[in-house]
Amino acid sequence: MNNKLQTVLLNHKKVLLPALLALLLVLPFVVTNSYLLHICIIVCIYITLALSLNLITGYAGQLVLGHAAFYGIGAYTGALLMLKFHVNFFAALAASAVVTGIFGFLLCIPALRLRGDYLAIVTLGFGEITRLVFVNWKAVTRGPAGLPGIPAPQFFGFTIGTRVAFYYLALVLMLFTLFVMIRLINSGVGMAMQTVKSDEIAAEAIGIQPRKYKIMAFVISSAFAGFIGCFFASYLTYISPTVFVYNTSMTILTMVVLGGLGSVAGSVLGATILVIIPEALRFLSDYRMLIFGALMVFMMIFKPEGFWGASKRRKNIYKINSEVNSHGTNS
Amino acid sequence: MFFQQLINGITVGGSYALIALGYTMVYGILKIVNFAHGDVFMMGSFFGLYCMQGLGMPYYIAFPLACLFTAILGIVMERVAYRPIRTADSLSVMISALGVSTFLENLAMLLWGTGTHAFSSVSGIKVTTFKFQNLVLSNIQLAFIFLSIILMVVLYFIVNNTKVGVAMRATSHSITTAKLMGINTDRIITFTFGVGSALACVAGILVGVYYDAVYPLIGYSYGLKAFAAAVLGGIGSIPGAMLGGFVMGIVETLGASYISAGYRDAFAFAVMILVLIFRPTGIMGKKQIDKV
Repeated sequence: MNNKLQTVLLNHKKVLLPALLALLLVLPFVVTNSYLLHICIIVCIYITLALSLNLITGYAGQLVLGHAAFYGIGAYTGALLMLKFHVNFFAALAASAVVTGIFGFLLCIPALRLRGDYLAIVTLGFGEITRLVFVNWKAVTRGPAGLPGIPAPQFFGFTIGTRVAFYYLALVLMLFTLFVMIRLINSGVGMAMQTVKSDEIAAEAIGIQPRKYKIMAFVISSAFAGFIGCFFASYLTYISPTVFVYNTSMTILTMVVLGGLGSVAGSVLGATILVIIPEALRFLSDYRMLIFGALMVFMMIFKPEGFWGASKRRKNIYKINSEVNSHGTNS
Repeated sequence: MFFQQLINGITVGGSYALIALGYTMVYGILKIVNFAHGDVFMMGSFFGLYCMQGLGMPYYIAFPLACLFTAILGIVMERVAYRPIRTADSLSVMISALGVSTFLENLAMLLWGTGTHAFSSVSGIKVTTFKFQNLVLSNIQLAFIFLSIILMVVLYFIVNNTKVGVAMRATSHSITTAKLMGINTDRIITFTFGVGSALACVAGILVGVYYDAVYPLIGYSYGLKAFAAAVLGGIGSIPGAMLGGFVMGIVETLGASYISAGYRDAFAFAVMILVLIFRPTGIMGKKQIDKV
């Protein structure tokens, strides 16, 4: 994606965004293939995960390598509530967000003392320990056998059972996350997070407490990952520890970085592209992951700022603002 | 029982220490985490197996040759995936490393299949066990412990007492200053990747012979735990990586035998997190001072 194309897209934002939304709404009527619709739902799930990781890594600057653990905690919380206590899906959704948020808060205890690579490895350790608990706590999680038969969401007596219904639910959850993230990032809290990211000492000097904003980023980010985990459990009706592994954490991080750190549009693009590419490369069968790995290296060599990097985005905002206001209130 | 588990722990710890050295040396010089290092370890193990199985060599020729191949692999990896983005931020380097890791894992699957391969059928190494009262020790275990300790001593000597070692330490303090002093930093980086990969290959072969198994995804758990060991010891510090590796191996083995075998890996990570809470730069790491 070059700079010019990006500018054109941003200049026609008012037309393009509603058009895109309309396209997403009518998608199930155009795409009747059930497999393709499944890919669309997976894309929605990964966009949510990438957006939540982007808040903490891209905006608050804390490198997290165990995001799949939050996803898993949410999925298991939701699944257990629905299976054992017959809680309604939407109540389970809220509960799993809260529970995962609490775990995010607990991770802050070691995380606030560390930075950079040390923080990264602690979150990685957290992810591994969580996975091992899923595997070994057989009384609750049934271990590697997983939890089958998770019920479909009930909505005022109407059961969301078909793939099309699930697609709309995924779309709503994804758009909700997108909305919250955009509002949050453009608010004072978001600005404070970005200040903490660029320089913690400078942030403290102007009265921003890095501790407070890091905790907020951790809790919000993990809560969103947990909430989509609950949806995932209900959609697949079966969960097992094999999904919530280190590789998944890395995939989510790759989406965020390839898309462009600290950019909402980047995360959306990164997640979409990284779900679709391995599917599109299926015709190469055995060679597809080999090529995928090589592509990641080439991408970083030739375009390290990602598809929609923050640096370019800033340039574009400046250009648009300069047409309206020559002094440019935005930096 | 306790001493037996301690010896088993030291054996496993030796492999973690050898892999952790590669992580810590690269980190010390380039300040990047080479996430593909676990897969270099895996490739080393397979190279050793291939030299014996495919090329029909005896193990005493096959193993040094495998180390040479792995060193070349490490050097090529640095040239292709890391050198062009050396000035980019650490996250880009990390994604590039993940790309290399995916590439190597899938390359191994294509070349040798996804199954588990046994070393014993081709190496011709016979396992003999010695008994000292209650302790049982195999010749492989003894070779494992001695070889890993000898290699660490040699490395320590190289880093502290040779010209290359001085250049390595200078480069790790500051690449720019080292360049100004007339050090060919590119060559030092190449050397570091070569040595680190060769050590990983030794670990790969030792693990392969000891457990009599190697498979394409073996690098994942070993790489992860060795990295944790490097962080535990204080990343960037060579004695730290050695100590971290042994601590990791011992904690894991004792935890698995006395508390719960299922949580084997969790003990290692829990100890690492606890150490980092009370000593955020690891056991032997240097404290970094923030500058505005």
